[in-house]
Amino acid sequence: MLELHDISKKFGDFSLDGISLEVKHGEYYVVLGMSGAGKSLLLEMIAGLVTPDNGTIIINGKDITRERIQNRRVGLVFQDHAIFPHLTVRENIAYGLHNRKITKEEIRRRTATLAQQMNIAMLLQRRPSTLSGGELQRVALARTLASDPMLLLLDEPLASLDVQIRSGLRRLLRQIHQNGQTIIHVTHDYEEAISLATRVAVLHEGKIVQSGTADEVFHRPQSEFVAHFIGIRNFFPAALTAVPGHTDGTATAVVNDTVRVTLLSGHPPRMGNIMIRGEDIVISRKKAVTSAVNNFEGTVTDIHPGIHGMELHIDAGIHLVAVITKQSLNDLEIKEGDTVWASFKASAVRFIES
Amino acid sequence: MIKTGRFHLLLTFLGGLLLLFIIAPLLGMFLSTTPQEFFTTAQDKEVTLSIWLTLWTAMMATLVSGIGAIPLAYLLARRDFRLKRFVLGLIDLPIVIPHTAAGIAVLGFISRNSVVGKAASLIGLNFVGHPAGIAVAMAFVSLPYLLNAARDAFSGVPLRLEQAALNLGTPPGRVFFTIALPLAWRNIVSGLIMMFARGMSEFGAVIIIAYHPMITPVLIYERFGAFGLKYARPVSVIFILVSLVFFIILRLLSKEKKNA
Repeated sequence: MLELHDISKKFGDFSLDGISLEVKHGEYYVVLGMSGAGKSLLLEMIAGLVTPDNGTIIINGKDITRERIQNRRVGLVFQDHAIFPHLTVRENIAYGLHNRKITKEEIRRRTATLAQQMNIAMLLQRRPSTLSGGELQRVALARTLASDPMLLLLDEPLASLDVQIRSGLRRLLRQIHQNGQTIIHVTHDYEEAISLATRVAVLHEGKIVQSGTADEVFHRPQSEFVAHFIGIRNFFPAALTAVPGHTDGTATAVVNDTVRVTLLSGHPPRMGNIMIRGEDIVISRKKAVTSAVNNFEGTVTDIHPGIHGMELHIDAGIHLVAVITKQSLNDLEIKEGDTVWASFKASAVRFIES
Repeated sequence: MIKTGRFHLLLTFLGGLLLLFIIAPLLGMFLSTTPQEFFTTAQDKEVTLSIWLTLWTAMMATLVSGIGAIPLAYLLARRDFRLKRFVLGLIDLPIVIPHTAAGIAVLGFISRNSVVGKAASLIGLNFVGHPAGIAVAMAFVSLPYLLNAARDAFSGVPLRLEQAALNLGTPPGRVFFTIALPLAWRNIVSGLIMMFARGMSEFGAVIIIAYHPMITPVLIYERFGAFGLKYARPVSVIFILVSLVFFIILRLLSKEKKNA
């Protein structure tokens, strides 16, 4: 679908250096990077707003490195939305449709359908200045999708929105992806990568330092930067279930249909991911009686130094990574192949809905 | 505190003197014009004809130059090219050169012996002594006002919006007419009014090219030369009132912008 070969660009304070990546049809590709990593610049080059100094951009086998912006069929949703302030929401959504040879009636129909999908049908007559950030984002999405792009580029689409609105938009993005849209989404937030990506690339100082499935990147960071930046090592797709009789605010998340993890959650039953910080996992030789409700017995499969301490990989039905100090490791005399108990409190578990 | 107070008083005093300097001559002229003089002059065919001539030649000068000035302003706001600084300097040139000198330059350009003059005479047009020549002179000296205002207007439109429109598959021509122009329009209009007002008040360049037919600034000069202050004054009062109307419209327009 999209191939970047050895793309380089110096642009003001930003620079990209030898970026190569491939996005397949129907993928949800998340590029993770800190602000200033050149994420927006990457999207602007794919969209044609900026021309790379070196390298080639290929879409569906066609070299578009120097193709005009308007002929690329690459829809970019800007971080600041770039909604046309002098047009109503309806006119904004319909804007790109006027470039095609379709009737006024057809334009009206498609605009209405998109507005329905984006859940902004009631805003069609409004002026952009009266809309909230989340609403502007939906208008921008609708406007871009109206032009029927082969590839959808999203620049930090969930940044600067509050939690409620963010989860609604996340659901919407997932739905757009499920309709078959190929998406590249750049963000600094690893939660978005976990909950949306089919593939993840980490961009650091103008280079892609690692790419792969979310599982590969998060569980096996290949550089100190990636490990540090991502921070979270334990995340698992899980089904949140309501447990009858639990009225204390706890819920159970079932991982791989077998492992049950107790957490604090007000969410109704749904699919999602649970996350546990490696630092929150306590390791003991024997099952200890503590306030931790999650206790798993498992085998140590790997021990290696990490950024915050020694990292212990434990196979306990789920692959847990615990971070402990070198001192503790020595005191407990843990080696690879040993059996240990890993414990963590219900409050140490975070649920991200998907 | 006391020192600041005194200093403040001094500023107010000096500023007040300057304001008086603007108001006093105008007020004096209005007060020394009797209502009878005013109405007789207002009905004077020569005066009304000259005012109409001034208004429509200035209007033509503005509208016709707009056709070239608006695209040029857009280019200057959006593109970088070699010699851009030179072009920007060139645009301001008519403001700084003496207007009679500008008139001489324009006359050389459009007189019957010039290429332009010869071409015009093929269709039976002679710029010299013709309203078209007056409009050319007005345009020459007042163009910078439109160009600069329109350039600022286009610069004020976020480039992002035009990029977004292109990204939706829109050809650049349509982007210009549906995004850049509508968003810059209000400021372009105040540029047009500014150019119109400046063209209307031009004397130096116009008198070189056309003493007749007489625009009002020339008429005022002629009445002063032939009959003296008393006869030039009522014409000036009427012409100032007409100019004020446009000045007020301009101010209202720019005020509206701030509220929007």
